[in-house]
Amino acid sequence: MATVGSVVQKFLTEYGNQTPKKLKIVDAYLVYILLTGVVQFAYCCLVGTFPFNSFLSGFISSVGSFVLAVCLRIQVNPENKSLFSGISQERAFADFIFAHLLLHLVVMNFLG
Amino acid sequence: MAVKLLKSKTGEASSHKYETLLKLTILSLGAILSFSTRLFSVLRYESVIHEFDPYFNYRTTKFLAEEGYFAFHNWFDDRAWYPLGRIIGGTIYPGLMVTAAVFHYVLNFFNFLVDVRNVCVFLAPLFSSFTTIVTYLLTKELKNESAGLTAAVMIAIVPGYISRSVAGSYDNEGIAIFCMLLTYYFWIKAVKTGSIAWAAACSLAYFYMVSSWGGYVFLINLIPLHVFVLMVTGRFSHRIYVAYSTLYCIGTILSMQIPFVGFQPVQSSEHMLAFGVFGLAQILAFIDYLKSKLTQEQFDTLFHAVFSLFGIIVIGAVSVLLITGKISPWTGRFYSLLDPSYAKNNIPIIASVSEHQPTAWSSFYFDLQLLVFLFPVGLYVCFSNLNDANIFIILYGITSIYFAGVMVRLMLVLAPVMCIMGGIAVASLLGKYIKDIDQGSKSHEKKTVKGRDSQQSQSRRSEISMAFVGMLTFFMVMYAFHCTWVTSEAYSSPSIVLSARSYDGSLIIFDDFREAYYWLRMNTPPDAKIMSWWDYGYQITAMANRTILVDNNTWNNTHISRVGQAMASPEDKAYEIMRELDVDYVLVIFGGLTGYSSDDINKFLWMVRIGGSTDRGSHIKEQDYYSSNGEFRVDREGSQNMLNCLMYKMCYYRFGQMYTEGGKPTGYDRVRSAEIGNKDFELDVLEEAYTTEHWL
Repeated sequence: MATVGSVVQKFLTEYGNQTPKKLKIVDAYLVYILLTGVVQFAYCCLVGTFPFNSFLSGFISSVGSFVLAVCLRIQVNPENKSLFSGISQERAFADFIFAHLLLHLVVMNFLG
Repeated sequence: MAVKLLKSKTGEASSHKYETLLKLTILSLGAILSFSTRLFSVLRYESVIHEFDPYFNYRTTKFLAEEGYFAFHNWFDDRAWYPLGRIIGGTIYPGLMVTAAVFHYVLNFFNFLVDVRNVCVFLAPLFSSFTTIVTYLLTKELKNESAGLTAAVMIAIVPGYISRSVAGSYDNEGIAIFCMLLTYYFWIKAVKTGSIAWAAACSLAYFYMVSSWGGYVFLINLIPLHVFVLMVTGRFSHRIYVAYSTLYCIGTILSMQIPFVGFQPVQSSEHMLAFGVFGLAQILAFIDYLKSKLTQEQFDTLFHAVFSLFGIIVIGAVSVLLITGKISPWTGRFYSLLDPSYAKNNIPIIASVSEHQPTAWSSFYFDLQLLVFLFPVGLYVCFSNLNDANIFIILYGITSIYFAGVMVRLMLVLAPVMCIMGGIAVASLLGKYIKDIDQGSKSHEKKTVKGRDSQQSQSRRSEISMAFVGMLTFFMVMYAFHCTWVTSEAYSSPSIVLSARSYDGSLIIFDDFREAYYWLRMNTPPDAKIMSWWDYGYQITAMANRTILVDNNTWNNTHISRVGQAMASPEDKAYEIMRELDVDYVLVIFGGLTGYSSDDINKFLWMVRIGGSTDRGSHIKEQDYYSSNGEFRVDREGSQNMLNCLMYKMCYYRFGQMYTEGGKPTGYDRVRSAEIGNKDFELDVLEEAYTTEHWL
């Protein structure tokens, strides 16, 4: 019977040892995006939603970037190679860029 | 023999070329067929816009083509809904108008001077050709190419789709079905490959769908339902996660760009399933990741601790949101899909539209014929090789059968999936049995090798296969005949021009609608206000170019109710209402002389119901307009309220002296089959301005 604390500790050490460097970079980026999303949400809770479209576009931009980065991480992870048979690493990154372009175009339009 | 030789000499390449040629030929023939089968009314009458709603779309497209996009986006229309006006930019789905305007611009840029009206009339058939091609692509992903080809030619002629996309029916559904199938194609591709690019393309197609039709709500609930079913059946994989998350994020923010949709995707209940499944997908993906890193018991401890905490937070947040009313409940139109009696009891306007009635059994056969019987076969074939994509089409089929049963108009959504299932069924059946025929002929050459018994069963099998293939071919031919007949007889009438055969066989054309609108356009002052029932509103603004009180948008029930009260009250009360609304002219449609049965007297009971449904109209009760034994009659037995109301007086003014049918007394109403009760009266407050040639 392990406590939650020791489980988390073990998870962190294993993560540090076993994850390749590329994935760690993506994970750091994920944490950053998560922080920006949390800050926006906290601001909205404090100050109110007045220009609702601006809040939504900023928040969805964070969420979208987070999700796209997670998708990239999944596609680039060598453990998942069997699932994504036709997609090379370069293709995954190119798709990621394309989706980001689309996302940010719409966010720019929606900011108001 | 010749084919065998060919294969052995030049190898696979040549037969592959023949296959490609055959495929291309079939597809292009299908596309041309779907375009040409929708042209019946253009050939019989002329290139004119049909029905009521398309006139509004036509007027807005003309405005867009002339004024440009910014003026269109910010357009406030003061010629409709007289004292109130209507914000057009914010209350329409602009996809249809923008598509037509783009085609118009491109054609004119290359100096093909096509008029806006002709672009509008022929847009729907053009998009039906595109739909044929997209159906081929979609079914190819689901099963194989032969199923794709069969489904494509089936959807080219299926009456359920033709009914809303004939040439001249310039309405949202014409392009919405194409956008919907395109979105589904990209979604299936994204699910199969797990690539972000396909998912992004899917969200672009979804944006096009949102911009073209209110039925996009069906998509944004079907796709999450598919993902949810995949989760429940244990098929949730990384590919699905990538596809759905990308689609949801980009698709939601894209859909909010349409002003009419606004913030609904994050606020209304109709979109909450998508949001819920999105959250669930994130949670499941995270759990999968943790599971791959930790051992089972470590995972269990962590899981229990986090789960309880998280669950409490989520439940608390959702209940707070529901209580404070931030998440609005289901709107009336969609709620009536789940509870069909809701509209009838609470919102008479929604209930009165004939397209919103439940579907009769015969309509299913009328619109789909052979496909009704092929659908279960297709379902069986899909179930027998179940994969992620097949689950989607099964869900689509089942949900759309339910919705098509609730509302006739949604037959349109059912038609594509019926064709896809039918295509899959026919392709797999034919594939199995034609193979047996081949073996039959091959066995003739290998007589020495096989024993006698197996040879006999081979030839028996080939006979049965030939009989079966012949039967199936016969059914398909019958399907083609039926569809063409249905299109020609039932779905090609422009509604604005009517025709009938006189007793000596010659064709009489009733062009009264356009005659009346043209008279209005030429003989009334430009700021005249016309009162009529809401059905004709769009046509009056488009063709007569005058201000009206109420039109087909029916967004303001109180205003329509006011008009209903005016039509149902006796003349002096009606005069007060008309003065209050600044009415200059009143328009009614009357079919008693010609036998046209969709006239205002037949719609009158709805006017009474809607008129009596608001506060100021509470003195109007439906019972007062029935005769003493409870029937709706216009002859001597009719109630006094009925015989003296404004609608009655306007329709039957001077009708008492008309001879309509041989052997019947004067004033015989051919639609109600009755001699009217109140014959000789004078109009006190109104003056007859104009009556068209056939008194329509």
